[in-house]
Amino acid sequence: MSNTAAVQEHHDDAHHGPAKGLMRWVFTTNHKDIGTLYLLFALLMFLVGGFMAMIIRAELFQPGLQLVDPEFFNQMTTMHALVMIFGAVMPAFVGLANWMVPMMIGAPDMALPRMNNWSFWILPFAFVMLLSTLFMPSGGPAGGWTLYPPLSLQTGNSFAFVIFAIHMMGISSIMGAINIIATILNMRAPGMTLLRMPLFVWTWLITAFLLIAVMPVLAGAVTMLLTDRFFDTSFFNAAGGGDPVMFQHIFWFFGHPEVYIMILPAFGVISEIIPTFARKPLFGYSAMVYATASIAFLSFIVWAHHMFTVGMPLGGELFFMYATMVIAVPTGVKVFNWVSTMWRGSMTFETPMLFALAFVILFTIGGFSGLMLAIVPADFQYHDTYFVVAHFHYVLVTGAIFGIIAGVYYWLPKWTGHMYSERLGKIHFWWSTISVNVLFFPQHYLGLAGMPRRIPDYAVQFADYNMISSIGGFAFGLAQLLLVYIVWQTARGGQKATAQVWEGAKGLEWTVPSPAPYHTFEDPPVIDDSKLAHGDVAH
Amino acid sequence: MAHAKPDHNHYYVPHHAHWPIVGSIGVTALVVGAANMMNGSDFGVYLMYAGIAIVVVMLFGWFGEVIHESVQGFYNRQVDTSFRMGMIWFIFSEVMFFAAFFGALFYARALVVPWLGGEGSGAMTNAVLWQGFEAVWPTNGPANLGGEFQTVPAFDVPLVNTLILLTSGLTVTMAHWALKKAQRKALVLWLAATVALGFYFMYLQIGEYAHAYNELGLTLGSGIYGSTFFMLTGFHGMHVTLGAIMLTVIMFRSMKGHFSDENHFGFEAVAWYWHFVDVVWLGLFLFVYVL
Ligand code: HEM
Ligand SMILES: [Cu+2]
Repeated sequence: MSNTAAVQEHHDDAHHGPAKGLMRWVFTTNHKDIGTLYLLFALLMFLVGGFMAMIIRAELFQPGLQLVDPEFFNQMTTMHALVMIFGAVMPAFVGLANWMVPMMIGAPDMALPRMNNWSFWILPFAFVMLLSTLFMPSGGPAGGWTLYPPLSLQTGNSFAFVIFAIHMMGISSIMGAINIIATILNMRAPGMTLLRMPLFVWTWLITAFLLIAVMPVLAGAVTMLLTDRFFDTSFFNAAGGGDPVMFQHIFWFFGHPEVYIMILPAFGVISEIIPTFARKPLFGYSAMVYATASIAFLSFIVWAHHMFTVGMPLGGELFFMYATMVIAVPTGVKVFNWVSTMWRGSMTFETPMLFALAFVILFTIGGFSGLMLAIVPADFQYHDTYFVVAHFHYVLVTGAIFGIIAGVYYWLPKWTGHMYSERLGKIHFWWSTISVNVLFFPQHYLGLAGMPRRIPDYAVQFADYNMISSIGGFAFGLAQLLLVYIVWQTARGGQKATAQVWEGAKGLEWTVPSPAPYHTFEDPPVIDDSKLAHGDVAH
Repeated sequence: MAHAKPDHNHYYVPHHAHWPIVGSIGVTALVVGAANMMNGSDFGVYLMYAGIAIVVVMLFGWFGEVIHESVQGFYNRQVDTSFRMGMIWFIFSEVMFFAAFFGALFYARALVVPWLGGEGSGAMTNAVLWQGFEAVWPTNGPANLGGEFQTVPAFDVPLVNTLILLTSGLTVTMAHWALKKAQRKALVLWLAATVALGFYFMYLQIGEYAHAYNELGLTLGSGIYGSTFFMLTGFHGMHVTLGAIMLTVIMFRSMKGHFSDENHFGFEAVAWYWHFVDVVWLGLFLFVYVL
């Protein structure tokens, strides 16, 4: 440690800088280090999962079986989803939370720094284990990421490894979520009242609650699978009085809140970005908070919209249909408020704003297709077709992932101290946005025409749209390599960023220098209304 | 490592954490070992035990470090609150884990079994697939999996166990009162009573399991009844065991004088955990044994 004696005597643990070498990253308790680890890990998994998507699209480029055998194709669809959901999207958001939440609320670090380290360092082990199953003689899991029995129970030797990997990811998520809740509730600087918190902090608070509520349920569901497979239980076996459909209920009780776990933090990011580049405070701040909370509440009572075709009693179909549609109301509030924030704003269109705008439009398309799927009689037609695939890729790729990318461009100068290349950023944006629509929009038509999901081969009438979709897919995949390059270039150098970075940016994170020092807010900041972005502050 | 003077104006942030990576290695060894064991390989068991050993070492090391810092006075009120929140939300996650298994029990009992018996839209399922199956609870399903069995009567050992756990909830509260009044001897005695009750509960429970397997014909393989019965009570038993071990540690720490009437988060965390285990048992007693 290179501190002066005087400083050391004053307060040693407060003023040390990062340790040297690799072990800095293994032993770190610093929220910024851990945020970086999460983000880099998510990027790596994004590339791994993306590579699998390329294999899927290459096989589907033409009808017939060309490149891979069907069993391997199924492993790719299963693994692609698991890697993207648990490896890319969720860790990326936890990484953003680690970096930004303490700085946004004026906290010295996360509330439980040691546990923070463990939440991250369990993930690489879980994913090495999960991915290693692809190299086992029996191959990886191939029954879909939803692991429905009885099919999933026919997985070979990799089965137990997959289940345990999911357990470990769950442990990581729960610890991460506990830490985020404790940080937000306990570590705010004096004067940072709940209704003054940036919306990104609010959405993460609610997301963390969802995580703690449903990850254990997933753990329970996969534990039952494990015991059904190895220890003679009959949870999902009708011969013993169980029911495979029961798995679907438990799984989707986790699964639907899970999709909101992946989108609420993106709502938060977008709610930070739009006011900055519209140079206006967020329209309807408290309505945004309440809408987020309502969505979270409703997300617990809609799960069976994933199971309309399993033969539920009519009352169940109706209840879950209407409950699902009700979610459109708070979601509509959000979209309305984003648009109203821009209304008569003096807008500029830097890359984060472009991604945020694309998010608002494209996520809404995904919401609309969701509404179509929520209509029971319609879903009998759409279920398990490419229409569902199109729906969830609009909400997840142009929703969650665009939200993450927007956040990365928005905060990258704060992290690295350099501005990214705006020219390359814009190229990345247009390239991604055009190709992602070429990739996923035709899948709506494929689904409506009846093409099933999760198949390596298809009838020839689907050929044209599949080829278009694959071309879009390759282009989108390539565009993300540009993102990797931009991030790398910005980390290495470039134009120096100011503390505020963006002209219209408000909030505590923009009051500290760029790059943010290793430790921020060791002494709580004095909250000055004019520096805050949101809430009941004088503007 | 902790070498600064306690400074209560600042939130204590440790520099390094060496234990988490040990924990990750331990957990990975544990589950890789378990998975190999389930796949029928011989070395799996050993790897699993090695993993458990590493995790235990990690827990002792990690908590030891935290206790050391606590005793040195590194933690201010705010740190204490973080720990409390951490524990509360951890217990909430445990509640949700049990909720999944209770949910399975309710769903199976209220819907699946009647449907298999031909109720509602299950008429044809019953007529074509499971002709003659009558929906009753308990059941091991239309295929009579695991053979005939009898259930454990509620108002026998389970009732005794209920009283034991309820009493232990009382004794741990007495211990808390003693702690607040700074009566260390009473504290340790009440804790010892709680620990004893906890382990006695487990002793009776294991006896019940042996009885079920050997005399009643009730096993994990006894269809949906056996599945829900043993998974619910089994996970609960694991939690009681863990809770009793934690109470034991707290008892030894109390003897060493680690807690003061003002400052005893460790004690309270374990007490909360114990109450949680207690409440889960009440749910079990009602829904698994009595009804
Ligand atoms: C307006 C809100 C939404 C509605 C009404 C809605 C409705 C639905 C429905 C009814 C299904 C089931 C379709 C089927 O399998 O037949 C579905 C599937 C899905 N939705 Fe949504 N959804 C909404 C928003 C979202 C969001 C925000 C996300 C994620 C960020 C999401 C992710 C998914 C995923 C991943 C699936 C497919 C899961 C699978 O079967 O693999 N949805 N949605
Ligand atoms: Cu859903």
